[in-house]
Amino acid sequence: MPGRTLYDKLWDAHVVHVEPDGTTLLYIDRHLVHEVTSPQAFEGLKLAGRKPWRTSSAVAVPDHNVPTTDRNQGIADPVSRLQVETLDANCAEFGITEFKMNDIRQGIVHVIGPEEGLTLPGMTVVCGDSHTSTHGAFGALAHGIGTSEVEHVMATQCLVQKKSRAMRIRVEGELGRGVTAKDVALAIIGEIGTAGGTGHAVEFAGSAIRGLSMEGRMTLCNMAIEAGARAGMVAVDEKTIEYFRGRPYAPKGEMFDQAAAYWKTLVSDADAKFDAEVVLDAAKIKPQVTWGTSPEMVVTVDGKVPNPADASSEVKKHDWERALQYMGLEAGTPIEQIAIDKVFIGSCTNSRIEDLREAAAVVKGRHKAANVKLAMVVPGSGLVKQQAEEEGLDKVFLEAGFEWREPGCSMCLAMNADRLEPGERCASTSNRNFEGRQGAGGRTHLVSPAMAAAAGIAGHFVDVRKF
Amino acid sequence: MKPFAKLDGLVAPLDRANVDTDAIIPKQFLKSIKRSGFGPNLFDEWRYLDVGEPGKSNHDRPLNPDFVLNKPRYQGASVLLARENFGCGSSREHAPWALEDYGFRAIIAPSFADIFYNNCFKNGILPIVLDAAIVDRLFRQCEASEGYALTVDLDKQTVTTPTGETIAFEVDAGRKYRLLNGLDDIGLTLLQSDKIKAYEERRKAEAPWLF
Ligand code: SF4
Repeated sequence: MPGRTLYDKLWDAHVVHVEPDGTTLLYIDRHLVHEVTSPQAFEGLKLAGRKPWRTSSAVAVPDHNVPTTDRNQGIADPVSRLQVETLDANCAEFGITEFKMNDIRQGIVHVIGPEEGLTLPGMTVVCGDSHTSTHGAFGALAHGIGTSEVEHVMATQCLVQKKSRAMRIRVEGELGRGVTAKDVALAIIGEIGTAGGTGHAVEFAGSAIRGLSMEGRMTLCNMAIEAGARAGMVAVDEKTIEYFRGRPYAPKGEMFDQAAAYWKTLVSDADAKFDAEVVLDAAKIKPQVTWGTSPEMVVTVDGKVPNPADASSEVKKHDWERALQYMGLEAGTPIEQIAIDKVFIGSCTNSRIEDLREAAAVVKGRHKAANVKLAMVVPGSGLVKQQAEEEGLDKVFLEAGFEWREPGCSMCLAMNADRLEPGERCASTSNRNFEGRQGAGGRTHLVSPAMAAAAGIAGHFVDVRKF
Repeated sequence: MKPFAKLDGLVAPLDRANVDTDAIIPKQFLKSIKRSGFGPNLFDEWRYLDVGEPGKSNHDRPLNPDFVLNKPRYQGASVLLARENFGCGSSREHAPWALEDYGFRAIIAPSFADIFYNNCFKNGILPIVLDAAIVDRLFRQCEASEGYALTVDLDKQTVTTPTGETIAFEVDAGRKYRLLNGLDDIGLTLLQSDKIKAYEERRKAEAPWLF
C-alpha cells in the first residue's frame, strides 16, 4: 500500500458513507459555535422541529461582538447585544456548553478551543468561521463552514464533503532572530498567492515548522485560509502531545496515554505522495509587512512599496494601483518610512501568551511614539489575560502607553466598538488587510506581534532585528 | 424544507438582467439573527422609496409605485420571471431566504449565478433555466394578460402556459429528488442515520476520549 498523508489518515478515520461520485459524509467530532454565524442555524433547527444530534460535541462562546472595555456595563450596541443574547438563549435551550462573556474561559473561539483541550489531535473540528483552520496545528482536520452547514452539523454530526487535493509546504532550516511564525505565514502567501492553496488541504512541514511552538503553529495554520486552503495542518509530535497534558477537556490518566499512542500515528508516511509541494528556506525569511489590501501584497521590512509598473499582469497592475490608492501610499516608499496611527495586537492569529510575551519584550522600558494615537493589546482569552498579568506583562504594556483590554475579536474586524477611522493606518497582528476590514476607510498593515510593538514605539515600521 | 411537486402560480416579471444578491436583500439585513422574515425586505431598495433598516417596521414605509412587485395585479405571485445571470454577487444565503419568505417557489430565467442556483435548491426554491427567446416570449405574454399564471410540474419537468403550451426544462436528478420529497441536505443525511450511529459505536470503541 502506498504511504498515506496526514490528511488521508484524518479523512479516512471520519468517513461515514461515500456516494459513487465521491461525495462523502464526514463525521465531525467537535463543533465550535460563536454568536455571528449560529443564530440562523438554531432557527432552522427549530423551524424544522429537529434536535441536535450530539450536543456534547458543541461548545459556544461569544467573541466577535463583545466589548473590550467596561464589560460590567454590558454591550452598548443593541444589534451586537441581541446577537450575544441570542447565543445565550439558544445554548440554554439546546443544552450546549457556553463560556459566556464574563466567564474567565471566554475568548476568541480559535484560542479557547485548544486552550481548553476541546480541540484534540485526530479530531475533525468545524466552526462557522473561516479561521477554523487554526486548529489544524494539532494534527486535526479543521474546516470553516457556512450557515447551512452549521445547521447540518448540528442536526446530523456530519458534513457533506469532497476530498481536497493534498499540498505540502516545507520550510527547512532555522528561522533568524526576530522572525516569527507570522512572518513565515506571510512569506508563504507572498510566494504562492492568496489562491495558491485553493482546492488543497495544506500540511506544513520541515524542520523550521517542527521548531515552532504550538502557538506558532497555530498562527501558521490560522493563515492557511488566506492562502486559499480551507484546511492547514501540522503533524503530531511530542510538543503536540505535551500541550494537552492537564487541559480541562483533554483525556486524563490512562485514557491520555491511550490517546497519545494514537496521536503519534498522525504524521504523513515517509513515502506519502502529495499533489503539490512548495519548499522555502527558513534562513531567507525576513520580517514581513503587507503594503496593500490582500495578504499577498507583502514585502520584507527592508523593502519598498512596489511599483504597479512591475506587476506581472494587467489585472495585477490594476489591483496594485487600486490598493496603493486605498492605502494612501506612493510606489517606491521604503517600508520603514511609513508612519502609523494605531497598533492592534490581538486576533486569533496572534493573541496567545507567546505573542504577548514577544510584544512585551520589545516595548519593555520604552514608550509609544507621540504620533501613535492608540496602541491596544487584546488578549485572546480570559486565561491568556490572567497568565499575562501573572507575568506582569500588563504593566509592561501600560507603562509603555499601550492599552490592556478584555479578550475578544476586537479590531480584527471591528464588529464591536474598536475600529479604525477613515484614513487611519494600523500596524496589526490580525490576518486580513481587506478594504474596510478594521473600520471603513481604515488602512491595515499585517505584521508579527514584535513588529507591531516596535512600530508602536518608533511611530513607523521598523526592523525589529535592529531594534 | 417544503416539498415541491406541482405549482400553479401567478407570475411576476422582473425585467432586469444581472440582478445581484445585494439587490435581492441589501447588506444591512445580514446583521439579523433570523433566517425567516426577510420577505418584507426583498428587493428593499427598489421596492421602497426610503432606506430600510433591520428592525424597522415596513408597514408605513413609502412604496415605489413603479416597482413591479408593488403593482396590484402581481400580488400573491409565486413564480418570478427574470433575465440572465439572476442572483450574481455575494454568496449570502439570505437571498433565497428572502425570496422564499416573500412567497416565490419558482424562478424562471435564461441563466443563474452558480452559488445562488445551489442555494435555491437548499431552500425549497426551483430555479428553471429556459432559452432566452422563450423567456422573452413569457415576458410578453405575462405583461399582456392580467392574472397570467404558469403551471410548473417538477416531476414531468415542464412549464405549461395558460394556452396549454408545454415547455420542457432540465434539472439535475439528485436535486429533483430532494426537492420533490422536501429533503434538504439534512433530511437526506438523516436517511443515513443508521450509518452515523454505527460509525459512532465503532469510534467509541477505538477512541473513547472523543465522546
Ligand atoms: S479574531 Fe478576527 S479572524 Fe479571528 S475569529 Fe475573530 S474576527 Fe475572525
